[in-house]
Amino acid sequence: MRFRFTETAIDTIQGRSELLDSGAGGYASFEGWVRDFNEGREVVGLEYEAFQELAVKEGERIVAEALLRFPVKHALCIHRVGALGLRDMAVWVGVSSAHRGEAFDACRFVIDEVKHRVPIWKKEHYRSGDSGWVNCERCSAAPAHGDDRGRDHEHHDEAVVLAVRE
Amino acid sequence: MQLKIHYYALMREQAGRSEETLDTFAATPSDLYGELLARYGFTLAREQLKVAVNNEFSDWSRRLKEGDAVVFIPPVAGG
Repeated sequence: MRFRFTETAIDTIQGRSELLDSGAGGYASFEGWVRDFNEGREVVGLEYEAFQELAVKEGERIVAEALLRFPVKHALCIHRVGALGLRDMAVWVGVSSAHRGEAFDACRFVIDEVKHRVPIWKKEHYRSGDSGWVNCERCSAAPAHGDDRGRDHEHHDEAVVLAVRE
Repeated sequence: MQLKIHYYALMREQAGRSEETLDTFAATPSDLYGELLARYGFTLAREQLKVAVNNEFSDWSRRLKEGDAVVFIPPVAGG
């Protein structure tokens, strides 16, 4: 499986080990973390919910597309579901390849497509005590699927880690 | 015709249930959403949703069959 969900902390060591390849000169990864603010609101926690039967299929398709599109060795994405606190890791993407350029490109492709296409929903809990489903409630004219506005709604800090031996 | 409907996220909360089996004359997912919108007062317009039938994305005009499993997909927010 090149796309999967977990209800417990994402095991990045395990994920990375699945990317190892004698022909790979390194790997690029992306971690999405739970951030304490979004669109002017103070966020204290999140819940992720997924339509897992379809989400896994669509996630697998995205990773397969990345492997066709970029000359990389292996790619994997792991997404959390359930309740998460600040600083928790919500999503992890890792890509190994012969050279670093395509590893970064494929990693970016996978996270961008996952955010846009996979049926996962995020409920934010605010300091003020209320909560809301992202893209569904506070944007009363919420962006429809396929609307690029959705891509600007980043809800976590972004950490990019690179380990390359070239 | 009996259909199985699963609800997620905002729509699960607004419907007050995560699934149900429904007797309906709705011929397509589009018709079905109109029926459920009237029943549950969903705040999302059909244009904001996608739909899946039997765990795969579907057209809104697909002809539904006895026993199909339908999921309406609100705007997603993974990552």
